[in-house]
Amino acid sequence: MSASVIEVEHLHKAYGTTVAVDDVSFTVGPGEIFGILGRNGAGKTTTVECLIGLRTPDRGRIRVLGRDPHRDHEELTRRVGVQLQDGQLPDRLRVGEAMRLYQSFYPDPADAKELLAQLGLKGREKTPYAKLSGGQKQRLSIALALIGRPRIAVLDELTTGLDPHARRDTWDLISEVRDQGVTILLVTHFMPEAERLCDRVAVIHDGRVLVAGTPAELTANEGQPTLEDAFVTLTGRTA
Amino acid sequence: MTTLTLIELRLFLREKAGPAFGVGLPLILLIIFGNLPFYRERRDDLGGLTLLDVYVPILIAFVLAMLALNVLPAVLAGYREKGVLRRLRTTPVGPARVLAAQLIITLLTAAVSVTTVLLTARLAYGVAFPRQPAGFVLTTVLAAVALTAVGLLVAAAAPGGRAANAIGSAVFYPMVFLGGLFLPIQTMPAVLRHVSQATPMGAAVTAMQDTTSGHWPHWLALITMVLWAGGAALAAAKLFRWE
Repeated sequence: MSASVIEVEHLHKAYGTTVAVDDVSFTVGPGEIFGILGRNGAGKTTTVECLIGLRTPDRGRIRVLGRDPHRDHEELTRRVGVQLQDGQLPDRLRVGEAMRLYQSFYPDPADAKELLAQLGLKGREKTPYAKLSGGQKQRLSIALALIGRPRIAVLDELTTGLDPHARRDTWDLISEVRDQGVTILLVTHFMPEAERLCDRVAVIHDGRVLVAGTPAELTANEGQPTLEDAFVTLTGRTA
Repeated sequence: MTTLTLIELRLFLREKAGPAFGVGLPLILLIIFGNLPFYRERRDDLGGLTLLDVYVPILIAFVLAMLALNVLPAVLAGYREKGVLRRLRTTPVGPARVLAAQLIITLLTAAVSVTTVLLTARLAYGVAFPRQPAGFVLTTVLAAVALTAVGLLVAAAAPGGRAANAIGSAVFYPMVFLGGLFLPIQTMPAVLRHVSQATPMGAAVTAMQDTTSGHWPHWLALITMVLWAGGAALAAAKLFRWE
């Protein structure tokens, strides 16, 4: 097995004449928190969708845990936990039922109670999905991504809609999950989050990787005080 | 799969629309018809049967059409619209099992409802059980499969839950009309009767009425249902998208 957990080489994906991802390459090592940064429409979500086998790339090579996400889709779903931006649940499904349902999908699931407590959803087991606040839905979605004890967690817009307290709790949880050896792929356009959590990041713009490195390197190379300033300079240049 | 089916069943019961329209409404119609003396008179133009005798098969086909066209498509198209199926594609279970669970629930509810209608009609109003039971079971199963296939086609073609409801109703009402809910097929003008025979509902009712009076269902009616089942299922499979 190679040293990288995720390898993406020259990924290209178009919808009709619209090129969503032009040429994206990056690698993620085991136990890393890797951030994919980019403005809206930069190609982040399409990249991730190819990576988890929801879409088939037009060109390029992807390996996740040494496997092809398209061909070995079922095998990988057991080891990759996913939190989607718009993946929802039935309105009347209760929190406890959702956890029990998703537990039944995996051979060795995590403890639902513990996970809900860590995500601040303790005592919400009987609440239907439709009655949850935006932030609670988001946290339930994270819980479902982690319930199967994945080797890799792919989290799209992790803390969108969370208040500052919930956001920090979630960051702490992600750090803890990583400390257990889980590799984390974080998709975000929220720079303080990337700065705080990510070991390395790739900035995607117009379907290509502009730069990749540690948040500190990127900030220093652009001669800016924060990652957000560096990001704005980088992605504004070619806009 | 068991947990998935049980949770889907619980949601189905919690939603209330399925049990109310698929089980409650046909039973209420049966009780209303059964208490009208007009429906219980033997009639020469129906070959000595009562109107209620003729209506029981119609109500059974009504149950199947209700579940297949008004309940199932809205659930499936709603799940797709909300991203429920998309989310499941990222799990080892996959969305096909949800489809399977929904089909199990639809057929289970249909079985419960059909049995309830037959038993109530027999015990409360003296309507005899079908005199050709094997033919009746075969017809009911074929009708359920054909109508469910049409329902899946509606779910595949509709962009979302609301649209599925609208399309489902637009197919349902002409279908139950042609099945004889408002005007028994025997009393329809010839042209309408021929049109009716070509629909899965009309074929189902005709075949069931054959078995009520002790005959094996006419092969043309059985073939009609098989063709609808195959055609609609193929079209649905071609059109269906998980997201």
